[in-house]
Amino acid sequence: MVSALRATRAAGDAATQPPVEPPVEPPVIDLHDVHKVYGQGAAAVHAVRGITLRVNRGDYVAVMGASGSGKSTLMHIVGCLDVPSSGRYLLEGIDIGELDESQLALVRNRKVGFVFQSFNLLPRTTTVQNVELPLAYAGVRRPERRHRALAALELVGLREIADRTPRTLSGGQQQRAAVARAIVTNPSLLLADEPTGNLDSAATRELLAVLDRSHAGGGTIVVVTHEREVAAHARRVVNIRDGRVIGDRVQVPSGSPESPTDEAVD
Amino acid sequence: MSAWEVLRFALGGIVTNRLRSALTTLGILIGVGAVILLVAVGNGSAKQIQANIERLGTNTLTVFSGRFGPQAATGTGLLSQNQDLTVAVARALANRAGAPHVKSVSPEEGGQQTATYEGASHTISQFIGTYPSYFEASNSLISSGTYFTNSDVVHARKVVVIGQTVAEDLFGTADPIGKRITVGGVLFTVVGVLEDKGSSGFEDANDVAVAPLTAVQQSLTGYGALSSIVVQATSSDSVDAAEVEITAILNEELGVTDPTQVPYQILNQSQLLSASTETTRTFTVLLGVVAGLSLLVGGIGITNIMLVAVTERTHEIGIRKAVGAPRGAILGQFLVEATLLSLFGGTLGVAAGVVGSHFTIVGVKPVIAPASIALAFGVSVAIGLFFGSYPASRAASLVPVEALRYE
Repeated sequence: MVSALRATRAAGDAATQPPVEPPVEPPVIDLHDVHKVYGQGAAAVHAVRGITLRVNRGDYVAVMGASGSGKSTLMHIVGCLDVPSSGRYLLEGIDIGELDESQLALVRNRKVGFVFQSFNLLPRTTTVQNVELPLAYAGVRRPERRHRALAALELVGLREIADRTPRTLSGGQQQRAAVARAIVTNPSLLLADEPTGNLDSAATRELLAVLDRSHAGGGTIVVVTHEREVAAHARRVVNIRDGRVIGDRVQVPSGSPESPTDEAVD
Repeated sequence: MSAWEVLRFALGGIVTNRLRSALTTLGILIGVGAVILLVAVGNGSAKQIQANIERLGTNTLTVFSGRFGPQAATGTGLLSQNQDLTVAVARALANRAGAPHVKSVSPEEGGQQTATYEGASHTISQFIGTYPSYFEASNSLISSGTYFTNSDVVHARKVVVIGQTVAEDLFGTADPIGKRITVGGVLFTVVGVLEDKGSSGFEDANDVAVAPLTAVQQSLTGYGALSSIVVQATSSDSVDAAEVEITAILNEELGVTDPTQVPYQILNQSQLLSASTETTRTFTVLLGVVAGLSLLVGGIGITNIMLVAVTERTHEIGIRKAVGAPRGAILGQFLVEATLLSLFGGTLGVAAGVVGSHFTIVGVKPVIAPASIALAFGVSVAIGLFFGSYPASRAASLVPVEALRYE
């Protein structure tokens, strides 16, 4: 298992880095014995019970588990949307536990793109304005902001509906807009929490294609899912049960050109 | 994230939530408008009552004859002749050296008299014989004709200045000037008609006739004691000083040995005024409290809307935080939103209050108190700011996942 991980990392590094530079670069995600407990005393719920996990640059990881397994909680911690009860979390070598509120906002803005199951777009606000939102908080000037937001929408194939509000879009379109919002700041890490949970199979295929493209462009992706079809696109599958990692394997992704079974899976 | 961006987000928030924005504005508008208008009505009615009293003369003291105090009740002492108010006493009061704060002294003699003119008859409740200075002291202005003069007093000419009620009853619409009326069998020539003085309390201040003191004494009452002496102080501020001075003179002139048993009584108009001012102030305070309550209710309305909005918008705050909005940017947006709504509603409320107070309300002409504008505006803006920003600051402090749970 460990040797397989190393092999994957070495392969990934070889693909994205010049060979003269050894892999001194810290992993994108480095979780060490992370716990999350909700509530206190007898009512306490132990959602995450000591997870240690590393994800390297350029990796595409699917986190699988039944509902209630703690995978969403883990995802929120990784995305800095929630704080662990104990344990250490380094994001690109930065100890998240030591950051204050404003530094956390900066990390969420620059380093992480988060895609939610329920899209979480601002209603009554146009698609392009939704995609611009992270850039606005990053202090990007308006013309450049618009330019980059439209480019991100182009990437997910929504260029022509940029001026419509989310309410008028289909679920698949909304989720692709959410992906555009997540990747518009060019984050180090793209996280998706059950991104296809509310989508039909056609929309699911479109969304997975978008994620594959993003990964092909060098992005690091972690997807939480319980659908095999989604997990099949990842290069690595982590299984979680009762807040613990119970499996971690590397696979040949079905979305990549190297996969001979691509057509069969789709 | 520039201030300009924060402002744009705030405006966006206001525009996308039109109904909520409109209701908030309306709440502040009503609160502010009500306070300004109600206080203006209270203020206006106070001013009106004050003006009515001032029309009767505020810087005057009236000295009445009569024994007041324990001795009067036991009935042991009779008024001796030298304790009556006489013209001589009035002259003593007019002595500049002893009473520097006294401007004029008008002896007054009279009572109810029946006057007739060509078959018309009217009972004048106050037929007064006095000096010309009485007109100024009692704030009696002439509307037509002239006052009588000192010369009329010296020569005891039978001329009279009549009030509006008397003129209407005896002459109807005809011009009374130069007409001769019969009072107690004696003919008096009408030389002037007084202006409408309005009625204060139970008395009709227009049911009056004023004639030279000498003429009245000669033909009607005889040269006995005066019924009263009207003393005018140099200004309304010196009324109390004048009262002290004339008390001393009266005590000396009338041989008073015990200051608790004096054969006269002094009525101070400014005391009457301050008593009524006190009353109207109470009235204004009462209205102010009612208005304050309406502002409070308006404030609770604003609070309620803002709280609902924040619960509704906590989810939005969660989304904004998840994409990396700093706490300051979120707070700034909500604070600016609340400020704009409060200022807008407050300004409209001030406008409504000011416009509304141009109309006469239940017979009262409202007079705006500038302090009420500042107070109402300040309080409403403070409420808007506090309840607009406090719940938002709580929401902004939440972990993004917590905020996102609100739907």
